[in-house]
Amino acid sequence: MAELKFIGGYPEDMRKLIEVVNKTRMQRKDYIPEAMTMQERDDVLQVHPDYAPGGKRAIRLGPNKDDMAPNEVADLLEAYPLLDGSELDLTKPDYVVDLLIIGGGLAGTSAAVWAHEKGVDREKILLVNKLRHGDANSIMAEGGTQSADRENDSPARHFLDAMGGGHFTNKPDVLRALVSDAPLIMKWLCDLGAMIDREEDGCFVEKAGGGTSRRRMHACADYTGLEELRVIRDEFKSRQIPYVEYYPVIELLTDGNRITGAVLYNMETGEYKIVQAKATILATGGFGRLHIRGFPTTNHYGATADGIVLAYRAGAKLRDTDTVQYHPTGAAYPQQIIGLLLTEKLRSMGAQPVNRDGEAFVFPLEPRDVEAASFIRECYVRDKGVVTPTGMRGVWLDTPLIEVKNGAGTIEKSFPGMFRMFQRFDIDMRKDPVLVFPTLHYQNGGIETDPWGKTNLDGLWVAGEVSGGVHGKNRLMGNSTLDCMVFGRRSGISVAQYLATNSTHGKLTFDHTKKYTALLKEAGVVTKRKAPILLPDYRGKAVLARMIDVF
Amino acid sequence: MPDRDSNIMSKIAESNKSVVSGIDEKDIQHWITISILGRKYKVPAGLTIMQAMEFAGYRFIRSCGCRAGFCGACTTLYRIEGDYRLQTAMACQTRAEHGMYLTQIPFTPAERAVYDLNKLTPTIEAFLTHYPEILRCLGCNACTKACPQDIDVMEYIAAGKRGDITLMAELSFDCIQCGLCAVRCPAELAQYNYAQLARRLHGKYETPTPDHLLNRIKEIEGGTFEKALDELIETSTEELRKQYTSRDIEQA
Repeated sequence: MAELKFIGGYPEDMRKLIEVVNKTRMQRKDYIPEAMTMQERDDVLQVHPDYAPGGKRAIRLGPNKDDMAPNEVADLLEAYPLLDGSELDLTKPDYVVDLLIIGGGLAGTSAAVWAHEKGVDREKILLVNKLRHGDANSIMAEGGTQSADRENDSPARHFLDAMGGGHFTNKPDVLRALVSDAPLIMKWLCDLGAMIDREEDGCFVEKAGGGTSRRRMHACADYTGLEELRVIRDEFKSRQIPYVEYYPVIELLTDGNRITGAVLYNMETGEYKIVQAKATILATGGFGRLHIRGFPTTNHYGATADGIVLAYRAGAKLRDTDTVQYHPTGAAYPQQIIGLLLTEKLRSMGAQPVNRDGEAFVFPLEPRDVEAASFIRECYVRDKGVVTPTGMRGVWLDTPLIEVKNGAGTIEKSFPGMFRMFQRFDIDMRKDPVLVFPTLHYQNGGIETDPWGKTNLDGLWVAGEVSGGVHGKNRLMGNSTLDCMVFGRRSGISVAQYLATNSTHGKLTFDHTKKYTALLKEAGVVTKRKAPILLPDYRGKAVLARMIDVF
Repeated sequence: MPDRDSNIMSKIAESNKSVVSGIDEKDIQHWITISILGRKYKVPAGLTIMQAMEFAGYRFIRSCGCRAGFCGACTTLYRIEGDYRLQTAMACQTRAEHGMYLTQIPFTPAERAVYDLNKLTPTIEAFLTHYPEILRCLGCNACTKACPQDIDVMEYIAAGKRGDITLMAELSFDCIQCGLCAVRCPAELAQYNYAQLARRLHGKYETPTPDHLLNRIKEIEGGTFEKALDELIETSTEELRKQYTSRDIEQA
């Protein structure tokens, strides 16, 4: 086959279609399609992966028996533990602490800092990370953090926006905590020295996001999560709180009911370690790397649903397991970056979704599920998508409009990360549109909590993406980094209070996994699947076919 | 149209297969050869270094994080056959090229100071106290050349030596703390840690917390919004739906 000819990063046939987009740009400049009615939203959602038939089944056992979940998640809930416990010596814990935090993204790191702030002895805290401290979805958050702090806005309005975005399924008490604490979190970030985008007069730059009725998105260029995590992690390190890296948790330990510790696994040496803790905060993030329904993902390498698998086995109650967030604008071209996130802020600042005929076909800031479904409809029902050399379909996101509307230089200033990423593949997003298609982005549901992150299990708190309820069945932009920091902080404070009156360690046993294994057998689950899976596997098939294990 | 819609899902899964479960060998048009730790592997052309290593059989347990250029975990050192220069890259953001000899650096054991931000000022004093070695910079530019984010590292170190915290913070803002500057530095600096301190000093002391935020916090603490939130929580879903659809929307 002849080599494809590329012009400015795009093959010739895509280049021709870009000319169509260029031609209609100035006509579209002041035209924004109307937002959908509730009925129109319901119609288009029929082609959203959550609503399209198939892909889900009822969970066969445990606290959420009969609830629907994606097959990929149900597979892991209906899987056997990696160990039965008899292999391990639980009598000599390697770490005896007051507070064990599992996961070092924004939620876990915030929890550690706040537990310490509220009086937990730093030596009695242990933060464990599967990869490095900070390798998390948090660090990749681009668009912003919501906080209702302008005069024409209010926490109540923030509440209503999030409720509507979540199809009125959000857990109200938890959502109330989220919106009420948001300004406190912004203040905390200022105190820690985060560089949040400012207007010339020193006020925050605040933008709209999909489904928000006021401008309340605070950003740090398009490195919002990176900046938030950098400062909180730096504070964590200055407080000298103990942490370990490359140590995934492969099982929680209980006394039969209460969470009392965890088993860590050293991926380099194969050795295990036992942690005994009075309280545990689970902040393990989401499940993007399960590639639900075969979608690519924006998520980091370790997003494999470990947290819900471990907690469910111990008896934690989940909720909203039936929904998954697909971000409308994942990269669909070039091949090397398929699925990576192109922040919603691009649309907040004027970039328009455009079909192959150069038409603006949808209001750019619908809630994420509606926007994503409209892209799928444009590509697969109306057949107005653009097809790439590898067979991906997508719609254009007309990024040059950002510069038309906000002036030359805006893209480099507001989206340095994205500009750099495309530049690495010879694409200039200031001059040419980029191709997008929905990508698996966020675990909407998760472990149910009260407003302080506390679960139905004694000794267990959760914070961040692993939790469920605050976003209901669909999260709005800018509420995830906020979720992590609000409930990281709240769980840290709540644990500090708990520890003031609960001073005993519990027994370390595998009783809960034994019970769960019995339940699996009783439910007739016959499988070799084991969980948690810890990491995805992208190895070449030819290599796997010749793999041998000799020591 | 349930049949149509489930059909669409199968089509989408099919088109994503190469990204989700790996490239099928029969679809590969062009091959290149790369060397990982000196061993040669034939891999498809057009992949990132990270994808190429996975195709070659590596399942990362380190040197792999966000896979999107934000976390700095996949720091890579390479040389192209026939060229004497050692080059640097993030494996997830760089195309594998024919003749690449590469290895990864999963961790940089650079020193990081312990400080209380509340007791520092945004001046050169902060560096003289915690990172006096910043003055050892030779001005050789190795750091800038090594930076996969194209940050002018040497320039921000120069700013730091002058006590220009603002400039140091702004120039270093895109830093992903991969550690390559420190790895290449002949003066043994840990530039990225100094930049972290500069940004926090700038954020805390040179950009005051806006009044509108402080006012809002006062209102929240005074209970201004409690009644409205109580009411929302008591409201039926049907009524909430009405309020939601009729709320006014501020122009973006």
